[in-house]
Amino acid sequence: MRLEGRALSIGYPGHVVGCGLDVALDTGEVLALLGPNGGGKTTLLKTLLGLLTPLAGAVRLGGKALGDYSIGERARTIAYVPQVHVGTFAFTVETVVLMGRTAHGSLFSRPSAHDHEVAAGALARFGIAHLSQRPYTEISGGERQLVLLARALAQEPRFIVLDEPTASLDFGNQGKVMAEIRALAASGHGVLFTTHDPNHALRAADRAYLLREGTQIAEGPVAQVLNKTQLEALYRAPVETVVDAAGKTAFLPG
Amino acid sequence: MRSALPGFAIAIAVLVAGLLFAFTVGRYPVSLTELMQVLTAKLTGGRSSVSQAVESVIMQVRGPRVLAAAMVGAALAVAGTAFQGLFRNPLVSPDILGASSGAALGAVVGIFFSLGVVAIQALAFAGGLFAVAAVYLIGSAMRTRDPILVLVLTGVVVGSLLGAGVGLVKYLADPYNQLPAMTFWLLGSLSAASAADLLPLFGPVALGTSVLIALRWRMNVMSLPEEEARALGVSTGPLRIAIVAAATLTTSASVATAGIIGWVGLVVPHLARALVGPDFAKLIPAAAILGGGYLLLIDTLARTVAEVEIPLGILTAVIGTPFFIWLLTGMQRNWS
Repeated sequence: MRLEGRALSIGYPGHVVGCGLDVALDTGEVLALLGPNGGGKTTLLKTLLGLLTPLAGAVRLGGKALGDYSIGERARTIAYVPQVHVGTFAFTVETVVLMGRTAHGSLFSRPSAHDHEVAAGALARFGIAHLSQRPYTEISGGERQLVLLARALAQEPRFIVLDEPTASLDFGNQGKVMAEIRALAASGHGVLFTTHDPNHALRAADRAYLLREGTQIAEGPVAQVLNKTQLEALYRAPVETVVDAAGKTAFLPG
Repeated sequence: MRSALPGFAIAIAVLVAGLLFAFTVGRYPVSLTELMQVLTAKLTGGRSSVSQAVESVIMQVRGPRVLAAAMVGAALAVAGTAFQGLFRNPLVSPDILGASSGAALGAVVGIFFSLGVVAIQALAFAGGLFAVAAVYLIGSAMRTRDPILVLVLTGVVVGSLLGAGVGLVKYLADPYNQLPAMTFWLLGSLSAASAADLLPLFGPVALGTSVLIALRWRMNVMSLPEEEARALGVSTGPLRIAIVAAATLTTSASVATAGIIGWVGLVVPHLARALVGPDFAKLIPAAAILGGGYLLLIDTLARTVAEVEIPLGILTAVIGTPFFIWLLTGMQRNWS
């Protein structure tokens, strides 16, 4: 299955953020979206999720216009992992994950026994089953990110879209989330994530999409797209490349 | 999972205590035995040995007032619970969208034109519904990324305009006959509650509460940020209208019966959340039970602590304000 945007103009009524954007994501692959702040990453993400209507062009999901899907069908196909936030109310971790099952139930229904099984499976997959009865407001940032991943998985989607999944995490948890992103693609999900760190894209993504001031700078396999020249053009800042003896590449700012 | 049973037991205990207290305490004290005898006699259809006077105190004088207090308390608590979830803010009360100010204007206009009690209540009810509908229409006409904030601000603005309207009517009112009646109504009281009030109160409260209970799971999801709820498959726009309509229905019906009673809809949802947790499936029934008991206790205090009856709005404010300040100091720690 493919999620794609063709000749997209993105933004809000009266405020164009970007235009002429072509982007595609297949199930089983990981696409990283990179670019400076204010360049349109989040707007593009929300357009592909169907939360924003494109100003021009079209988003298609499985060959059908995204707008033709009902909101429930869409939620059963594409899951959204927002930036980690602290909730207002102290729902248990289990309840937060069960919210991912909402689109599988009717307007008036409560989660079924099957929904509880799916939620428990998602918690187990990320190794946080022991947190299930803890209040979501009282666990750590890294644990919250895993809970939101488990909630996305509980939606049983084909695609998972993550907004800066590593932004508020410590070093160890960043690596853990990158590994989980790879694992999600290995289990057949199409994964799209935004990041400020090209090393995360290099590590976890198959392809990268570079976006600056609403314009596509480059798009392609990470090994080709992510290099000193492209990154310096993307961020308008000097970038250093470090290569180790085994030939592994990393980038340093400045 | 942490069991909600102890929490429900406490809420039910408060309600039972409120009921017993309200029936037995007052200018004409009634013993528990007398109360039980009259109630069992009524339920079984038999005759009680209790004097006619006691029976009429229980059935005619206190009965309607007790039922009205329980329903008004439950209605305000349920509406407050719904609005706090919808606006993702634990400091919100049921009149945030102008239900009380609209009802107040309706009622003072009714009193100004010397209408009957039923007409005044009908005007108050309609005023509450119209105010919230106006706030909602104005709020949704503005295209913005934060519909919730716009709705709250519109509610503040419209509420203040309606407040000016209330001030104008009071200014024009006859200071000897009408003004005291208006003041009395605006401070909230159940002293005039009669058996005839119960059905017009019960209908809207039962309908609004049923809608909210039916939507209990979606209300959990609605307490997430707007776009997250939509990405989880919830049509936030239509659902928000349904929740606002249901909560406004219960608020307007209780304001029409009892006048303006602040703070119940803010304080009780917190206490209920502390008892049974934030899941709306448990929170709405718990808030209803606790709200009923809470207002029964307050109303009994209102008619017994002093020679003259103390307006309910004053008592709830005296209890509610320190509670609110305590909540604020607690929240400060979490504000980043």
